[in-house]
Parts: sequence; C-alpha cells; structure tokens
Amino acid sequence: MASITIRGVKKNYAKTQVVHGVDLDFASGEFVVILGPSGCGKSTLLRMIAGLEEISDGTIAIDNMVVNKLEPRERGCAMVFQNYALYPHMSVSQNIGYSLKVAGVPTAERTQRIQAVARVLELEHLLDRKPMALSGGQRQRVAMGRAMIREPKVFLFDEPLSNLDAKLRVQMRSEIRKLHRRLSATSVFVTHDQVEAMTLADRLVVMNGGRVEQVGTPAEVYSRPASRFVATFVGAPAMNMLEGEVTLEGLSLLGGSRKLNVSRAGLAVGSKVAVGIRPEAVRMVAPGTPGALEATVDLVEELGAGRVIYVDLDGAPFSVVTSETVHPEPGSAIGLQFAESDLHFFSSETGGRLDVFKASVPEPAL
Amino acid sequence: MEKRVTFSKWRIGILFAVPQLLLIFTFFYWPAGQAVYWSLTLQQPWGGGNIWVGLDNFRSILSNADYWNSITASLVFAGISTGLAMFIALVLAALTDRQLAGSWLYRVVLIWPYGIAAPALALAFRFILAPEAGFMAVVNHFWPGVWDPGLDGADAMASIIVAFSWKYVGYNFIFFLAAFQAIPRSLIEAAAMDGSGVIRRFWDIQLPLITPTIFFLLVINITESFQDSFGIVDIMTAGGPANATNLMVYKIYSDGFKGLDYSGAAAQSIILMILIVALTIVQFRFIERRVHYR
Repeated sequence: MASITIRGVKKNYAKTQVVHGVDLDFASGEFVVILGPSGCGKSTLLRMIAGLEEISDGTIAIDNMVVNKLEPRERGCAMVFQNYALYPHMSVSQNIGYSLKVAGVPTAERTQRIQAVARVLELEHLLDRKPMALSGGQRQRVAMGRAMIREPKVFLFDEPLSNLDAKLRVQMRSEIRKLHRRLSATSVFVTHDQVEAMTLADRLVVMNGGRVEQVGTPAEVYSRPASRFVATFVGAPAMNMLEGEVTLEGLSLLGGSRKLNVSRAGLAVGSKVAVGIRPEAVRMVAPGTPGALEATVDLVEELGAGRVIYVDLDGAPFSVVTSETVHPEPGSAIGLQFAESDLHFFSSETGGRLDVFKASVPEPAL
Repeated sequence: MEKRVTFSKWRIGILFAVPQLLLIFTFFYWPAGQAVYWSLTLQQPWGGGNIWVGLDNFRSILSNADYWNSITASLVFAGISTGLAMFIALVLAALTDRQLAGSWLYRVVLIWPYGIAAPALALAFRFILAPEAGFMAVVNHFWPGVWDPGLDGADAMASIIVAFSWKYVGYNFIFFLAAFQAIPRSLIEAAAMDGSGVIRRFWDIQLPLITPTIFFLLVINITESFQDSFGIVDIMTAGGPANATNLMVYKIYSDGFKGLDYSGAAAQSIILMILIVALTIVQFRFIERRVHYR
C-alpha cells in the first residue's frame, strides 16, 4: 500500500521531449489506468515510476519518499510487461521465484510462497514447464505471479493484455480486477484500449502528446470530457463532432446552411466552436420531422444487440447507435434528433471544454 | 490447392546439387582421400612411385617423442588461446551491450583484426613483442632476461597465443554482441525489477541465453586454433625454440615440405583430422547438453 506523487515530471530523449510536465496523485490502494494513443508518453511515465527510465525533470515520490535516484529494486514496485518478459530458460516456478532467490529467501520458504501464488493463479500443474510450452493466457498469469510474489507496494502494468485474443482479454481483465480487490496494492495500468480502461479503472488518466488531458472516474471522463481529444478518444464509436459558428440565433454549422437552435449563454457571437454529441444520444426520427437534422444513410453495422448507423451530414461523417430494430436502407434519408443537454461544446482554437450550457434545462432541441 | 514446385524426376534434383558436390569433391574428398592413401604408403621424395606399407607411418609417428610434444603444444595453444579470445571478447561485448560511451567505436574497430591475414599480423606482433626493441625492451630493461621468445619456449608460446587471440577477439566479439543484442530488453528490465543487479543479471539471464553462441564459438575457436595457427607460427617462431611452438599443423608442413617426408606428413594430417573430429564430437556430446536453445 503506497501513494504515488508525481510533480512536474518531464522526459527528454536527446532533443525531443516526450513528457511535458505531468502532475498526478495516486491514492494508496487505488487502481489507476493511464489511457492514451500510442506515443503519448504513457508507457514512458510508467517506466519512470518503475525506475527503468531516468526522470529528466520533476520528482516522483512513492509513499512521500522521492525515488528519482533509486534503483528499480529499491522502489518496491513490480511490473507486468506487455510481452510478459518471462525468462525463457527458467521453469515457471523459477520464473515466479526469481525475485525471492535474488533476495536470498531460503529454499523452503521460497517453495512455499511459489506454491501459494501458483494456487491463486491456478498455475500449480504448470510449475515445471518452460514458458515456451505455455499458452498466451498462461504466460500472462505467470507474469502476474512473478509480480505478486514480491508483495510489492505498487503494481505497474504496461499494456499487459494487448497480446491476448479478445475472449482471453475479457477474462484476464476481470481476473486482474479480482486480484486487485484481494491484494489492494496501488496499481497503475497503462493501455491504449479504452474499453479496458473504462472497465478496470477506479480513476482514469487520459494522456495525449505527453500531457495529461483529464483525470477522473471513468463515468466523469465519459460524461464530461475535458477536451475535444478526450471526447473523441473515449467512447466507441467516437463522439460525433460538428464544427460551427455562434450566431445571433444560435449556432450555424459549418459546411452547410443548417442551424442549431441552442441558447448561446456566454459565447461571443462569431466565435468558432466544435459541438460534440455521443452516437448513443442521437435519436432517429422520420425525415421531415420538425426540428430534426436531415441526413443520408451511408452504412449500417449490425452489432447483434444494436446497430451503428453511419450517416452523411453535409459531407461530415456522423454515427448513430440505436437498439431499435430499424434497418434503414443505405442512401435513404432520415431525421436526427437530440437533447440540448447531451451536447458538448469545445473551443475550436484550444480544444478545451466550454461549459456554458450547464444550467440549461433538457428539452427537445432543434 | 496450394501451388508447389515439384520435381517429377530425381535427376533434376541431382543436377541442381552437382555444382556444390563438384566443389566439395574437388577441394575436400579428393585431397582427403589422397592423404589417406599416401599415409598408407611410402612416397619417394623425388618421384618414382610409392610402396604400400600399411600402418607403418602411423606407428613410427606415434612412437616419436617429438610428435607427442607437438600434440601437447597444440592442445596448450588451443586451450589457452580459445579461452583468452573468448573471455576478452565476452567482456568487451557485455560492456558494449550496456551502451557505454564510445561503444560504436569498439564495434567498428574490433572487427578489423579478423580481416588481417595471419602472416601480416604475425609480422606485426613479431615487432611488437621483440625483446630488443619497443615495449618488451623496456620490460627487459627493468627485469633483465625476463622476456625472450627466441630462447624461452614459454615466451614463444605466449607470443603466438597473444597474436592468435588478438585476431579472434574481433571475430568472437561480433558474435557475442549480436547474441547479447538479441536478448529482449524487457528481460533485463524484468530482472532489474526483480531486484537483480548488473552482475547478477549477467550470470542469471544474459549468460544462459547466449549459451548457443558460446557453444558455437567454442567449436569454431578450437577448430581454428588447430588450423589457422600456421601463418602465425611460421612468421613468428618457425616452430622454435627447441620445438616449443611446433604445433601439429606446422609440423605437417615442415616434415612434409622441408623434411620431404610426404608419407609421414600425410599420416599426421589424418591424425590431426581425427583429433579435430573427436574434439568436436566430445563438445557436442558433453557441452551441448548445457546449452539453452530458445
């Protein structure tokens, strides 16, 4: 159990800066997921916590002790690697017990602790095998066992599920969650998969381009994205974005002559904004319904429980998720309706969230 | 159906193999067969046919103390120079793999020695290790008579070992470095997270994972130290002093072409071949077991 405090952490490789000053606080026992596209600096940040990368500027403290200059082994962290990094020449039990062997734990105690970990992870019958003779899921569990046996203060996960197939990934996801509940060690989990992030996290950190975009619970991040980037990155299919300009009457959408009749409290006339709407928040209505936006159906994706309908809105791509059993023909016209309260506004210049419609009452718009 | 090229007649297959078979036959099986034949006959030095003598050549060689001395010298040379060349190369490669400053320089510079012909480097080392001038002269100035490869057999042996090792350090280094770099970075990092320090990681993770390379280089180095040493011995010591560096491959040359004992030299060639084959078999039987193939 340990808290992690990150203050002004930067990382430079020669002349390129990959992490631009990150401030974060992870509470003791918390499961934090760092989410971001590849190259956003999330793995670098994790590796700086682990001690595998030098910290160019700023400080990282574990349990209020600055660890910048400490070797990885002195930090009390255990890490699960993306490719598992199992020692190929050692058996499963040697892999799991290696850290104890290095620490000089007597053989009898070591065997006992390996057995205990193997029991939790259901690896008992595999202890004598070499990693080569294991399946992907089994290797994953051995990697977890190797991290667990040290009873670390902090668990670090570097995209550990990305090499597994979809079914196994879901299964391992819940196993990691259960394990965390059982051990309640502070965990930092890095991923680019937003479903993984949403399901695992107590708290979500969204990173982009070496900066933290938003920190919050998965629900907060989903319902109130702090920036245009977060809005489009979290949620599948991605949030629809329409470019517009604030006018006296409301909002005129760029690329067409359409208008949205929304209250424009606090927005200067003539300022450019992006309007976001989640595909799940859009209702399909008959074309010609008063107040509805008209669009042409491009493609329908069947998901079983629902459908994603991709439509063309004056050349802009737009998607709708519906659970109704409707199958509009591609090329046919439909009407789109949504509540004003479901709209998210972002500044076209900075990409930041504009919270001007907070107080407005939900009402059928348009 | 998958499309596959098949040969209906095995004759086509043979035709493809013929150029390679021809080369192997001309440059290996034929001379080797000739050597076996000569070793069983007595060859006249100035022509005029040969007489079948059975195993007499082998009997006379194996009862000769000079020949046993040559075998001992060869084994000492092989053992020490292989050990030295591999150990130094391993240390250099391990350091280079850690990306210490200037490691790119090692990489370029260390492959050069292997490209130098043995006689050329032997000549260079003859000057470098000369007792009367240069660095060793300074040593001799402080400890008179401590170094004289012209008189002291041990010094002469040390000289050819240094020259041979110097050449093979570069060769071994390239293989070791490639082997170290083939170890995934994350394995080293995982060991670091497991609390293992630099030296411990080297013993527990890196060394076991490069055992296939160590084994390969061991076989190559030992074989080459029996065969590739000729040029170095010829230029540096010519087998002396008092046969102290008269390695098997050099003795074959001097007995055959200087002593004109063709049949005895042929028999020695056969014994050298059998020795190398036997050593290689021993290595595969007993050392390969400890190799971890990934």
